[in-house]
Amino acid sequence: MYVIVVGGGRVGYYLTRALLDEGHEILILETNATVARTLSDELGSICVRGDGCESTTLASVGTNRADMLIAVTGDDEDNLVSCQVAKHMFGVPRTVARIRNPRNESIFKKLGIDVTINTTNLILESIEEEVPTHTLIHLRDIRDRGLEIVEVKIPPGAPTIGKPIKELALPEGSVLSLIVRKARRPIVPSGATILQAEDQVIAVTAHESEDALRAALSGQ
Amino acid sequence: MKVVIMGCGRVGARLASLLEQDGHTVTIIDIDSYSFRRLAPNFQGTALIGNGIDEEVLKSAGIEEAGAFVALTQGDNRNIMASQIAKHIFNVPRTVCRIYDPLRRDMYEELGLEAISPTTLFAQILREKLESQGE
Repeated sequence: MYVIVVGGGRVGYYLTRALLDEGHEILILETNATVARTLSDELGSICVRGDGCESTTLASVGTNRADMLIAVTGDDEDNLVSCQVAKHMFGVPRTVARIRNPRNESIFKKLGIDVTINTTNLILESIEEEVPTHTLIHLRDIRDRGLEIVEVKIPPGAPTIGKPIKELALPEGSVLSLIVRKARRPIVPSGATILQAEDQVIAVTAHESEDALRAALSGQ
Repeated sequence: MKVVIMGCGRVGARLASLLEQDGHTVTIIDIDSYSFRRLAPNFQGTALIGNGIDEEVLKSAGIEEAGAFVALTQGDNRNIMASQIAKHIFNVPRTVCRIYDPLRRDMYEELGLEAISPTTLFAQILREKLESQGE
């Protein structure tokens, strides 16, 4: 696969290295001369100095045959324009933009960007996972379906401990997919499975049912 | 008509005065409060500090009731993004956007954005001036 990476900052650099390791053909564009030179010394001829928003630059690196363009500069507006130029002038089938302002996620979708990666929210979610007071942790969204995968930890003393799953008042549309028990034992739960303290329940749920699911499982 | 202008440079400040003279209500946004020194002393409209590519800033500038939006910052991409938000998210009836890069301007015109490239216009004016003097 031919992938063009726009932006040679730390994200762009490590992304390029990872994609190279997977055996893809990569080209990385960077506007800053000094940064571009450092990247060239390290990565060789796959780094080109140029503006990934300019159609002439994109034309010179063969964007019309690219399978994917990933824009990871630090500025949301530059990433948006890069992706739009790639899509409309060169017909790149898949465009990916990095986003810093979480509010831009829905805007970018509306403006035709295929995939957005919201680094601010990713960091926030990872921090949430590390906060022990959260009984429900968001693991990931199921794209474009309004569903998400979450983890609920059954706290010691929860009123649901010792009860079979079929007796829980789970919100509609929520499914318990997996229970990870002590000693690294994963269980596919059935209606008869009895909850134990410290169980980690992996569930699929609608965004709006998060609170109801937490309450049904942990009593909190 | 209510007009929101993003970017209080020389062009933005001047446009604000002109529109006000014609009886329009103007809100002008800039990320740097120092830019507002360019506004005419008798400017009656609203000067708002903030980033025009932020949806919330545009809302507080009254984009939802605006009849027109003009993007005049120094960054082509910022102008493009703000104009697209105004047009496609807030359905502002008229959006005009400055794009210095002629190629980028042509592409966004094709995509339905009303855009002006000062680069192209100024080069044309200069050519006409220079060529007419020889006659």
